Amino acid sequence: MDGLTALELIWSGDANLFAVVGLSLFVTLSATIVASALGMPFGALVGLTRFPGRNVIIVLLNGCMGLPPVVIGLVVFLLLSRSGPLGSFGILFTPQAMIIAQAVLIAPIIAALTRQVIEDLWAEYRDELIAMDVGRTSRVATLLWDARFSLVTILLAGFGRAAAEVGAVMIVGGNIDGFTRVMTTTIALETSKGDLPLAIGLGLVLIAVILTINALAWAVRGWSERHAG
Amino acid sequence: MRDRPTTLPISFQDVAYVAGTTPILRDVTLSITSGPPTVLLGPNGSGKTTFLKLAMGLLTPVAGNIVYSEHRNVVRRRQAIVFQKPVMLRRTAARNVAFALKAAGREQDAPAIARLLGAVGLEALAERPARRLSAGEQQRLALARALARDPEVLFLDEPTASLDPAATKAVEEIVTCTAESGVKIVMSTHDLGQARRLAGDILFLAKGRVMEHGPAAAFFAEPATSEAKCFLAGGLVT
Repeated sequence: MDGLTALELIWSGDANLFAVVGLSLFVTLSATIVASALGMPFGALVGLTRFPGRNVIIVLLNGCMGLPPVVIGLVVFLLLSRSGPLGSFGILFTPQAMIIAQAVLIAPIIAALTRQVIEDLWAEYRDELIAMDVGRTSRVATLLWDARFSLVTILLAGFGRAAAEVGAVMIVGGNIDGFTRVMTTTIALETSKGDLPLAIGLGLVLIAVILTINALAWAVRGWSERHAG
Repeated sequence: MRDRPTTLPISFQDVAYVAGTTPILRDVTLSITSGPPTVLLGPNGSGKTTFLKLAMGLLTPVAGNIVYSEHRNVVRRRQAIVFQKPVMLRRTAARNVAFALKAAGREQDAPAIARLLGAVGLEALAERPARRLSAGEQQRLALARALARDPEVLFLDEPTASLDPAATKAVEEIVTCTAESGVKIVMSTHDLGQARRLAGDILFLAKGRVMEHGPAAAFFAEPATSEAKCFLAGGLVT
């Protein structure tokens, strides 16, 4: 019965439900873009260079892939709270704070996986690129371009992790109705209130969004591999 | 005839190379000069690939010197190498060649790309993803990329090791044409028939040392060392 009501909510285009979906996508996509902009170049840099303490960085990056979201939420909360070092920005309990928390959560995942992919590809390409006199900047560009299919998969992993996360955005967003309420926090809240149709409806949308994006990426990857090798 | 500055001869002077703690090459003193192809022969682990990588500048000797054109530290831009298993960049055959042209600082226009692909018989496959080419086609594409550098010296590391006879013949024809155009070929092979067909002189390596270096005809007719005799007789040189 609850399931049917949930489908009705989706089918009827319930404004409340789709506002929550829209905000969720905005926050998660923004966080994925920010985390990629930081994590991919950093991962590539660590993968291609040798410097003292590199192994420590790699261990830390790999370790940060498993950080509990609530801990990240707590740290970002402390940084953004009025008495925190970034309190003057006044963005706690806003979507911006949620974007920061999700970006902090997935940036290490993107950086660590990018580092591994680029390092493996460099081992394969090294002699060939050096023999062709390819300059340092061009090497990085070539590796990133040739690793593009793997990097898309990494982006999806980051997006999936951010989209499914609840603890961090609950802490720094505050789950304010109509302002910072996203799919995962709404599901948690509505379930505790006993409003199962909305929770189930959002759950279905969340799964559908993640499956659709993965299916699209898979299709694009397949098409690209057939046409670009 | 080529009138640009030359990187030949390439002189190895008491060159040694060690990987970790394992000596790979030692006491290598010889000169690679212009002329017909030089073919490196020797059993696995004798140092052929290391020799080519040292000559190409991809490895640095732990002892001795490699001198190009009788001047140290010359910019060695007119050398190219094709590896036994060349890496195909994730793009079409034409764009692989364009990449090599760009890296060599040369014009990447369509006629230049078409000419290079034509030289290796791949003009019909220009728009095919490089990684979807057969092993023989990939080897020919690697040759086109190497030729994009307009090399004076072309190093080939067992370029037909995993190819069937037809693909081997195609590669050998490209090598012959390239050598006839004035490019110095230095290649390694395990195929004695191929060495007889292509070599002007033979460099025979065993146990990390140069055992023999001289005209191919003399090497095959009368090898001077017991290792070379054993190798030519199909014995196991350890």
